[in-house]
Amino acid sequence: MSTSLLMFLAFVAVTLVITYWAARRSRGAAAYFAANRQITGWQNGLAVAGDYMSAASFLGIAGLIAFNGYDGFMYSVGFLVAYLTVLLIVAEPLRNAGKYTMADVLAYRLSPRPVRSIASLSTLTVSTFYMIAQMVGAGALVSLLLPGVGFNMAVVVVGVLMIVYVVFGGMLATTWVQIIKAILLMSGTLLLSILVLAHFGFSFANFFDAISHVTYHDPKTGAELTKNFLQPGQYYFGPTKPYGVIDLISLCMALIFGTAGLPHILVRFYTVPDAKTARASVVWAMFLIGVFYIMTTFLGFGAATIVGRDFIAKNGGTNMSAPLLAQNLGGDIFFAFISSIAFATILAVVAGLTISASTSFAHDFWTNVIHKGTERKAGEEVRVARVTAFVVGVISILLAILLGQSINVAFLVGLAFAVAASANLPVIILSLFWKRFNTKGAVIGLATGLASSIILILLSPSIMTVDPASVTGAARHLIQRAPIFPLENPGIISIPLGFLGAFIGTLLRREPEAEAKFAELTVRANTGLGAEK
Amino acid sequence: MEDDRQPDERISDPTPIVGAATDISPLGRDIAKPEHERTADEDADVVNWSGVATSSEFKSLVQAKLKFIIPATVFFLIYFFALPVLVGYAPDLMNRKVIGSINVAYLFALSQFLMAWIVALLYVRAARRHDQMARKIVGDLEEKRGGK
Repeated sequence: MSTSLLMFLAFVAVTLVITYWAARRSRGAAAYFAANRQITGWQNGLAVAGDYMSAASFLGIAGLIAFNGYDGFMYSVGFLVAYLTVLLIVAEPLRNAGKYTMADVLAYRLSPRPVRSIASLSTLTVSTFYMIAQMVGAGALVSLLLPGVGFNMAVVVVGVLMIVYVVFGGMLATTWVQIIKAILLMSGTLLLSILVLAHFGFSFANFFDAISHVTYHDPKTGAELTKNFLQPGQYYFGPTKPYGVIDLISLCMALIFGTAGLPHILVRFYTVPDAKTARASVVWAMFLIGVFYIMTTFLGFGAATIVGRDFIAKNGGTNMSAPLLAQNLGGDIFFAFISSIAFATILAVVAGLTISASTSFAHDFWTNVIHKGTERKAGEEVRVARVTAFVVGVISILLAILLGQSINVAFLVGLAFAVAASANLPVIILSLFWKRFNTKGAVIGLATGLASSIILILLSPSIMTVDPASVTGAARHLIQRAPIFPLENPGIISIPLGFLGAFIGTLLRREPEAEAKFAELTVRANTGLGAEK
Repeated sequence: MEDDRQPDERISDPTPIVGAATDISPLGRDIAKPEHERTADEDADVVNWSGVATSSEFKSLVQAKLKFIIPATVFFLIYFFALPVLVGYAPDLMNRKVIGSINVAYLFALSQFLMAWIVALLYVRAARRHDQMARKIVGDLEEKRGGK
């Protein structure tokens, strides 16, 4: 049995023990959906970091930097600065005025059924799209990292484990899986960074000199190129990308405004006892996430200088940059360690996505939309959530297996951020700060944000591109035509559209009930009076 | 939900007047029940929300919060979006080397991390004052109710 498999099995064993422990402690809705609101500040900080730092950031960004230099590092910056939006605007009012989901805050003073229906739809869209991307990533990765485990097998293993954590262990088990993963990820990255620095004799001057002269061969022409990888624009600018700068700004907008609208991040703030702890947990998360993304400098540039683009391209492609760097510097054992961390990373994120999707379906849609806010039987909401988690898990496994090897799904993560930024965030902000805001505004805002981001991505180069005949299989784009919308990231258009929809919808009609309850919402949001305990 | 009872009926009828169905938590009422009818639980939850919202203490709390949040948000948005804008439109400036091979672009990106942490810590410091103000508002309310 290979070392990576052993390490991965150890992680699985620990998380299953935690799930068993959590299942025995978990009684009632607040326990299942919000871990009894007993998670402490630093624990939740670790869990937020574990929920957030997906395979896309660990392997994806390392690869982007290794192949495109500075442009990849822009993602790292955006992923951290985005937490200021969470800290300053969203986290505390959400904790003070809501119960289990993002829609709680919206439904507070608006008509609950229409608002919750569409907010739940938006949550499910963001979560399932993001999840399919993660599962396909897991499948592709594991078949490279653990030879012998195929794509389908890997997807099924990830899917089944995620279902077990969420169905039996609820939020408590999910939280601890995320905490352990965050600790593993941070220590693995730190170790790898130190090894990279050691390779350059602990001299930053040598390290950055090497980054400014990276040599590789052009994959198409085969010509040898030497480039300064600290120079911006290798991915986003150039003669083939006339809208590069706008696309980059658009990406930055989706990151900054999307994070504060990601349902699986928002539900984490209901697991702490009060708004003050929610604030502390964001600060903890910002510290961890910041340190991690600064270290992507060493991972990405290290892979570019030590391993080299040519070698990575031949041995699995961009996503393998960090594991190959580990293999180069620390041998097979370290490669195994980093690989199992990558697997743990994916598991923690998909568990977070599953619980936020099933919570939203059970709490927003089942209890509050279909049954008008009352449970017919005690414990029904939790039961529905468990069934939903199971169904969501099975559907994701099937979709990942069906689509994974034939379709390029990288755009799904971008889509999730775009929907979160264009649909969710505008209505959260307006409902907290604008007295006049009403049901029509929320419904139209959510619908415009959701529809415009999906449509613009469908028309973008992520989906519509003419590939040369040499590109085959999953790398081929879905529609082989010239793109109608020139940007890969729709944020710069769809975020203003989301706000505009919410604004126009609000002005169509006055809603005195919503305005009357604004006083109650602001008092609750700002003082924590009557917050869920 | 429309409340079509007459005003005098409302006072004698203890049924709470609620808005649209929601399960978030017990809601405030337009008109309080007579005090002798309240149960201990209800007594603990009845808050005159609009009264609190218009009180000068609450207004100054919200103002103090906005006085931090609005400038801080504007500042971090400008500082952050300066990065893609300058990288895109002022490449010569961003490619200038500062220390050895390290250029302005990398240092500016790195400074974003520092900026985010500093803004977060300043916010935590300001929020401590806001917490005190909020505690005083909640405390005063409880004292008033306890005194009855």
